[in-house]
Amino acid sequence: MKSMFKQTALAAMIVLSTPALASLAYVSNEKDNTLSIINTESREVVETISVGQRPRGILLSMDHTKLYICASDDDTVQVLDLATRKIVDTLPSGEDPEQFALHPNNKHLYISNEDDAIVTVVDVGTKEVLAQIDVGIEPEGMAVSPDGKWAVNTSETTSMLHWINTDTFEIEKNIVIGQRPRHVEFSKDSKIAWASAEIGGTVHIIDVDNLEQIHEMSFKVPGVNQDRVQPVGIELTSDGKFAFVALGPSNHVAVVDAQTYEVLDYLLVGSRVWQLDLDKDEKHLYTTNGVSGDVSVIDVEDLKVIKSIKVGRYPWGVVIDPSS
Amino acid sequence: MPRCSAKGFISLIAFALLSTSVLAEPLKVRIGHVQWVPDQGPVLSNVIPEPEDAGLRGAELAIADNSTTGKFLGQTYSLQSKVADSEEAAVAAFEAMHQNGMELFVVNAPAQTLKIIMDKAGDNTLVFNAGTKDATLRTGQCHSNLLHTMPSYAMLTDALGQWLNQRRWNEVFLITGPTEADKGWADAFRRSAKRFGLEIVEDKPWTFEADLRRTASKELPLFTQASDYDAVVVADVRGDFGEYVPFNTWLPRPVVGTQGMSPVTWHRVVESWGAAQLQNRFRDLADRDMNSEDYAAWAAIRSIGTAVTALGNAAPNEIRSYLFSDKFQLAAFKGRKQTYRDWNGQLRQPIPLVHPRGLVARAPFEGFLHPNTEMDTLGFDKPESECRINN
Repeated sequence: MKSMFKQTALAAMIVLSTPALASLAYVSNEKDNTLSIINTESREVVETISVGQRPRGILLSMDHTKLYICASDDDTVQVLDLATRKIVDTLPSGEDPEQFALHPNNKHLYISNEDDAIVTVVDVGTKEVLAQIDVGIEPEGMAVSPDGKWAVNTSETTSMLHWINTDTFEIEKNIVIGQRPRHVEFSKDSKIAWASAEIGGTVHIIDVDNLEQIHEMSFKVPGVNQDRVQPVGIELTSDGKFAFVALGPSNHVAVVDAQTYEVLDYLLVGSRVWQLDLDKDEKHLYTTNGVSGDVSVIDVEDLKVIKSIKVGRYPWGVVIDPSS
Repeated sequence: MPRCSAKGFISLIAFALLSTSVLAEPLKVRIGHVQWVPDQGPVLSNVIPEPEDAGLRGAELAIADNSTTGKFLGQTYSLQSKVADSEEAAVAAFEAMHQNGMELFVVNAPAQTLKIIMDKAGDNTLVFNAGTKDATLRTGQCHSNLLHTMPSYAMLTDALGQWLNQRRWNEVFLITGPTEADKGWADAFRRSAKRFGLEIVEDKPWTFEADLRRTASKELPLFTQASDYDAVVVADVRGDFGEYVPFNTWLPRPVVGTQGMSPVTWHRVVESWGAAQLQNRFRDLADRDMNSEDYAAWAAIRSIGTAVTALGNAAPNEIRSYLFSDKFQLAAFKGRKQTYRDWNGQLRQPIPLVHPRGLVARAPFEGFLHPNTEMDTLGFDKPESECRINN
């Protein structure tokens, strides 16, 4: 009887310790050629795995079983199997892939080829290159609207948003925004697109129905030289309340009211804050801080930075697996 | 706090007008490039020769960059270039292009040649200096239609002066070569030394009166004898003897200046702030590394391109007004937005401090304060220049 109880308890403990309870964050370390895996419960790095050269953009497959990694200096996109944590495949990506976005169909991957002024569209199932689309100089940010209609690419030196029709793979509209556009983020209903301009120091709000800019935001971080306020990553809460904007070498994240576009607060994080991601219940925001080599964790309710986690050198992208 | 204003709506209309579907008439932007780099004469350290097309290839890359943007806006860019072999040929090439209706120019030539060119340029011409670092064109003899994308010697030596100050290496041994450029560089450094509290404990010219039966490496330890100093500063612009100074000093001290660790406009080791992509594009085009002359020419033509993208036309006076307006900022891979000083037309820019295989630091440094922008702690600030080209 006693031993049976023990066994049951043991079984219960095993169930409790499965990874299903702790969600995992993946961080690409650009200058270490590694990926740091953070347990978001303990907020500690649980594993560091070697990946291709200069990993930057990372994203999850729609079923959360794979992580795609832009290995920029290997000119390839690597496919990491999340169950085994092994690289199981590579995809043709075109040269110097930096950022990418996956269509909701879970098949079409849109990749920015920074050195070639091209966006490559790859079918992740067949590995077929479906299209290569000429865009401006240094294509960088890549986003696909949640409704799957638009793929948007930002070209840094051309300072444009290129709107690509995902049926025809053709550009339908080009919108000039501030200098050095870096990142695009769609609202959940696909109606609004947020685009950051790093050197312009601005975030541009685009009405997707009309493909027109409806607002332009700028930022003033107290005590920080205006030149250092360089917006890069953007993350939106799914309830439409907040937008978080990583302000690069100003070392701050702006908290924005996503309805009024008013800046509510600036939160001090690590050096050169780059990309950000919310955890599965959107209670915490994780930011990559390139120069300080760490990840800051922000409590979304209190709008306070609660922890910094040391990762590899020059952390670039962060993705939290909501199902892990 | 966010600003939503009428300005936002005006720019919105401008953006709408710029989209490809609206523009029908293609706009052709022609840019002239005149280059004359006098022969430097024989030098002791000629192991790594300077490329002969320095400057020109940067201009070509910027034309390609502008054209990629232009194809979405119905704008085309073309470059007419003359690499001249004398001052007369350079001036003649400028005049010929000018008479042919060319209004936008990039010039890489000595100050004296540029001054002759500016006397011949009419009002409706915009010229970018992508060559000379001479002080006079920025402090007194300015022209309202001359902008400088090449930093002055003063900007470079101020970057070095700030760095020496923040390292607390305040006592320096200065060696100056015999050419006019060497003297220009050394004068700029003496000014920087005063500004940033450095003491020049020895100020010696390199005269070639030393015993030439001995090699430079034998000569230099004796030449740099002094009771103490924190660093040796070399002013040898053409790279004659300077390469032999590092590791050959009397005291075990670092060498900075035109050799050793140098303040530069651009260098192959600059890779942050997206620069790796610019370096790659340049290497693909030119099969060599991008240097300061290439960068200055590139920045000039990218300034034109940025203005034309926003304006939708290429009239020199409109480009000029746009470049001096608060709407203009050049994203040019040095981590800070770059703008033109309204008193003398100098492009504000960070200055990388590099050694041949790595980046050491980037000026301006934190802590050197300025009432307007810390970028103006480098080079001739408004009170130091008599120029007021926008008044």
